[in-house]
Amino acid sequence: MALTGVQIFKFLPKTNCKKCGFPTCLAFAMALAQGKISLEKCPDVSEEAKKTLGEASAPPIRTFALGAGDNAVKLGGETVLFRHDKKFFNPCALAINIKDSLGDDELVENATWVATSELNRVGQKLRVDAISVEYASNNSAQYEKAVKLVAEKAPDAAIILNCKDAVAAEAAVKAIAARKPLIYAATNENADAMANIAKTHGVPLCASAQGLEALSALTEKLQGLGVNDIVLDSGAKTAKEIIEHNTQIRRSALKKGFKPLGFPVLNCVIREDSILEATIASVAIAKYASIVILSSIEKWKNLVLFTLRQNIYTDPQVPMQVEQKIYNIGEPTAESPLMITTNFSLTYFIVSGEIENSKVPSRLAVMDSEGLSVLTAWAAGKFTAAKIAQFIKDSGIEGQIKHKELIIPGQVAILSGALEDKLEGWKITVGPREANAIPTFLKGRVA
Amino acid sequence: MAYVVPKESCSGKVLNVDFGKGNKALNIGGENCLPFLSFEGELPNRPVIAYEIQDIPPVDWPDTVQNAYKDVSGDPVTWAKYCQNELKAKAIALRLVSTHPDRDNHSAEDAAITIKDVLSAIEVPLIILGSNHIEKDATVLVAAAEAASGYNCIIGKAQEGNYKTIVAAALAHNHKLIAMSELDINLAKQLNILITQMGFDKEKLITDPMCSALGYGLEYTYSVMERIRLAGLMQNDATMQPPILGDVGMYVWKVKETVASESDVPEWGTLAERGVAWEAMTATGMIIAGTNLLIMRHPKAIETVEKTIAELI
Ligand code: B12
Ligand code: SF4
Repeated sequence: MALTGVQIFKFLPKTNCKKCGFPTCLAFAMALAQGKISLEKCPDVSEEAKKTLGEASAPPIRTFALGAGDNAVKLGGETVLFRHDKKFFNPCALAINIKDSLGDDELVENATWVATSELNRVGQKLRVDAISVEYASNNSAQYEKAVKLVAEKAPDAAIILNCKDAVAAEAAVKAIAARKPLIYAATNENADAMANIAKTHGVPLCASAQGLEALSALTEKLQGLGVNDIVLDSGAKTAKEIIEHNTQIRRSALKKGFKPLGFPVLNCVIREDSILEATIASVAIAKYASIVILSSIEKWKNLVLFTLRQNIYTDPQVPMQVEQKIYNIGEPTAESPLMITTNFSLTYFIVSGEIENSKVPSRLAVMDSEGLSVLTAWAAGKFTAAKIAQFIKDSGIEGQIKHKELIIPGQVAILSGALEDKLEGWKITVGPREANAIPTFLKGRVA
Repeated sequence: MAYVVPKESCSGKVLNVDFGKGNKALNIGGENCLPFLSFEGELPNRPVIAYEIQDIPPVDWPDTVQNAYKDVSGDPVTWAKYCQNELKAKAIALRLVSTHPDRDNHSAEDAAITIKDVLSAIEVPLIILGSNHIEKDATVLVAAAEAASGYNCIIGKAQEGNYKTIVAAALAHNHKLIAMSELDINLAKQLNILITQMGFDKEKLITDPMCSALGYGLEYTYSVMERIRLAGLMQNDATMQPPILGDVGMYVWKVKETVASESDVPEWGTLAERGVAWEAMTATGMIIAGTNLLIMRHPKAIETVEKTIAELI
């Protein structure tokens, strides 16, 4: 459990030598308690203190990367059970499972899909994060070849080695060591060999056991063998097992400070029915999984899963917002239409997307409304005629365009009278209520 | 270190609400633990999904879901029977869309006739929903409550602006009542208090904290529902213990992702699966957050969520 600054201070050298960058040992202890700095900054701390403090100051759920390079996915590090308590930090990685027994063409096809799966939604880039290569052939050479091929065709994806055979796993790890693949999995039977491979090559290891008691024993054993970057697989199969095991794991780690379960969780949700697979994955995403393995990720599934993950992982205190300014869409001239909306990311991306679809070059004035949607902002008094008028005046847009016409969202048609009063000389036009009517609306004006 | 199952016991309990009559009557709520954590509590009733139908053809529904009912949605009785007999619906939710002044502005009396016709054609419990027009619902739902007298229906939605007449009618005709507020736990609590202060039994209430679709505010509904459940169960707040409703279909089947064709947005994949999955995922999010009763549209989405629920219990 976390220690206070004063408790930590007792273990420090108390020489106030300042080598850590702090004026006193106490100041350093306080910063350490708040997680602002790491213990290594004090060069004189004793081995014994390191051991005690290292354990106590470690986060309740260990954080490390899945994969390597810019697209590596950060796992773990969560601090709450309910998103409204603070937020969930590190979005769960989505992985597609591929059998090594597929022909080369199919392997390449799947890996290429992952490599090109990137989507953009509300300003965030979403992509399939990882590929799990399953050892189905029972042939170590074939496995190594498939792993290499997949890794090469999906150069940014993290690789999960879905293989319980230590010999095959080791060959595969060696083949793509720089990609830092996750070995999935160490079990009671192969723990020593797998721990050795993970340690030697510095890759993370998934511990797999039936139930949380067996799993805790296994992770303690793996840690004893020197492996620290561990992922948990409790053997949960049904949605019920997923929600119960994952909840117990997170509670144990956060509320009891139970170290053997203080690691990110992996759930395998493979089902025959693809839509069912997606809903079961959503149970895992909402309830604490850090890695979800699926059998297929079609385009529609890519979109629904990412959207759900984005919803669960947004900051509940601060809505996603964009910067207040006048955005050019296409290459607007001095005659091009000027529209206004709020700075809620979702609103901005929907509206700007539809303006783009219209192919009519335009300006979109985005006003800071603390990240609220049009109607919410209006109801909360943050998108009022007075504020809009002020924003338009301050923006200096009047000097850049030849007309004085402002198009407002249809949902706030009610503002048009008051706006005409406050923005002298301006014409206020009420646009459509829904953004999907914007293309027809804009094209209609041009014609 | 020995592993000990971290169990938490709740001081509160979700109220059990029954609706419908005879051997098709249903119960929702009754659990004394957070959603699906049966290792530490009892979950006597599984979440119920009601099939949504309308009193006029669903011309405003996107093709994917309109087509699923194209041979039966011409009239509400045929549509209701199809849901009950062919799709094995356990409950039906009839939305009186035609009464909305901007639609057909049908009268409360017209609505009462439709309700009687539907009720005499089906055996499964009926949920009766207004058109979500505050003033009009205040008269339509009063007539509806009377027309359905004796059937132990759920009627709704009572909102801050119209709850008084609707509560009185539900009380007089012995129905269950949906209280809807706008995505705010305090507003939900306040409305429940106002309604019970009129002498309406809290054990007959259902809370609708307002749904929102995946990608369009789902996270707000999700967290409001979780907080309502935690207040009712952990803090034993009696005003936060009614079962929760998720009116999923109407929020899902209007967002762009359930409507846009694959040729317009090739990167989003096939429209049919996308729409069905959008509804199923939204509904799954709701039940994980604590919803006891769902109103949904697409048969395939409902089937998927039923399978998900079966796996959860
Ligand atoms: C999520 C939500 C919230 C969230 C906030 C989300 C956010 N970041 O804005 C929370 C829970 C915080 C919230 C709070 C409140 N909310 Co609120 N909320 C909603 C909800 C469910 C969805 C809003 C949303 O995200 N819409 C999606 C975005 C993309 O829509 P949009 O910005 O309007 O943009 C669309 C169009 O307007 C158009 N468009 C946008 N810009 C432009 C520009 C041009 C030129 C054109 C042509 C078109 C266009 O295109 C977009 C897509 O079609 C709606 C109800 C609903 N289902 O719609 C209620 C709703 C907006 N809220 C409402 C209210 C009253 C409130 C509160 C005042 C009440 C309360 N609960 O305390 C508070 C105020 C908040 C505050 N800080 O004080 C009311 C507003 C009623 C009214 N008519 O005035 C609504 C309509 C609910 C209702 N049915 O009564 N809310
Ligand atoms: S480096 Fe260590 S001993 Fe020196 S002041 Fe900092 S904490 Fe104290």
